[in-house]
Amino acid sequence: MKCQKCEKPATFHITELTDPAGPLELHLCEDCAKTYLTQGAVEEPGPAMIGGALGKQVQVGQTAEELARLDQKVCPVCGISYYEFRQAGRLGCPHDYICFEPELEPLIVSIHGQSKHSGKVPRRGAARTDRQTDLIRLRREMKEAVEREEYEKASQLRDQIRNIETEY
Amino acid sequence: MKLEELAGQCGEWLRGTGPESDIVISSRFRLARNLAQFPFIRRCGEQDRSAIERTICDRVGAVEEWSKLAYVDVARLPPVDRQFLVERQLISRELSEGEGPRGVAIDPQEKFSVMINEEDHLRIQVMHSGLDLQNAWDQINRIDDMIDERVTYAFHERLGYLTACPTNVGTGLRVSVMLHLPALVMTQQIERVFRSLQKINLAVRGLYGEGSQPRGDFYQISNQITLGRSESQLIEQVGKVVPMLIEYERRAREFLVRDNQKDLHDKVSRAYGILCTAQTISSAETMDLLSSVRMGVNLGLIEDIEIPTINRLFIHTQPAHLQKLRGGELDTADRNIERAQYLQRHLRKGNRGGAQQKN
Repeated sequence: MKCQKCEKPATFHITELTDPAGPLELHLCEDCAKTYLTQGAVEEPGPAMIGGALGKQVQVGQTAEELARLDQKVCPVCGISYYEFRQAGRLGCPHDYICFEPELEPLIVSIHGQSKHSGKVPRRGAARTDRQTDLIRLRREMKEAVEREEYEKASQLRDQIRNIETEY
Repeated sequence: MKLEELAGQCGEWLRGTGPESDIVISSRFRLARNLAQFPFIRRCGEQDRSAIERTICDRVGAVEEWSKLAYVDVARLPPVDRQFLVERQLISRELSEGEGPRGVAIDPQEKFSVMINEEDHLRIQVMHSGLDLQNAWDQINRIDDMIDERVTYAFHERLGYLTACPTNVGTGLRVSVMLHLPALVMTQQIERVFRSLQKINLAVRGLYGEGSQPRGDFYQISNQITLGRSESQLIEQVGKVVPMLIEYERRAREFLVRDNQKDLHDKVSRAYGILCTAQTISSAETMDLLSSVRMGVNLGLIEDIEIPTINRLFIHTQPAHLQKLRGGELDTADRNIERAQYLQRHLRKGNRGGAQQKN
């Protein structure tokens, strides 16, 4: 979907509920969303609007310098940068919740008002899934090794992956 | 399963039965789940996406309950068929417009579907006609348990089920109730209602979910928050507000009948008249007019049509449905003509206008 104000892809989907003409749907790219959200058109950004929450974080949370530093942080498992997450509004893998924890925490609290899960738990309980996380990392490393034509390394990684995969 | 066979039916959510079904169209639950050993979709290439699809189909496919489902490979589906499934609410627009290997397992009764490789690896959804929150929850909970026994979900002790978007983390649950609120729209009370819902963190969307303009006075009310409240608390929160909305809508209808009988009757009759006689008509206009007629039937102002007929017309006049029923592709202008003819055939049937019928 394209941004309603320019040609870029829309990554922010905002439902304006306070518009007198009824609920108003907006689909904007990050730049237009930032402009829109800082215009004061929104009385109080709804707590669950990721666009609003991210926009706010960009706006008041950090100085430009801090933000630039933050943006460079990369998840060692899936390789996504915080910048990419901010752009897309979508995370790269489950481990992001751990490696970006300090950055995500205020965002999560601003969306949900809380930071602790309550409710259903999987049958295995909250047991750690480190081996599964290893698989995500190893597969990415293998792909990168192939791209760099390091075939020996790639084949070692493939064996490691197979070993773990047979366990599950 | 042939999609053409589905096309002739009405689907679960517009069946028009269940408690409070004059106002409550459907109760819908959605769970977002991810497998622990794969990245989220954004970081998945073709290979990962195929592996996810295969893993789920192989492991869960062996279960008897799953084997009754029809699996549709959405990546290979022509656009009109994808649109058809969106109109039926069996898949989301995101899955329809997505990329790479992806699919959906559909219950033949259309009470639930499981989307694979949407925004999350798994999107389980259950839909029941009318206001039926507890049964819908029991069903989705069972399906989730059945899948959970065979795969390892991404889960964090403190944050709960981990999802691609932080707005869904925790329970991953969206509880939605779709309501038909024409009288609140007519009496211009709807924004006030929305504002008060927003204050208690409930979201309001149009008929086809995110990014859709409300059409035909259908509104979906759902929870915004997914973290820090248990599933039963979320159900209770949505469940508590629905009877209030039903009450407001009924009061608005009573007001219209009591103080505005002539205008109301006029609006309903004109809507009916246009639907019965138009030669070309858009989908948006059709939905708005059908909305008035639906309310008219519920208030006894129109006596010769039944609610299930109106409900069926809502879905059958959608662009992809019209084309599936017609059995061929039609451009917008031809669809508008086909739609007008379809409406005439089905609305005039059995009443005085029937004599003019050709089909």
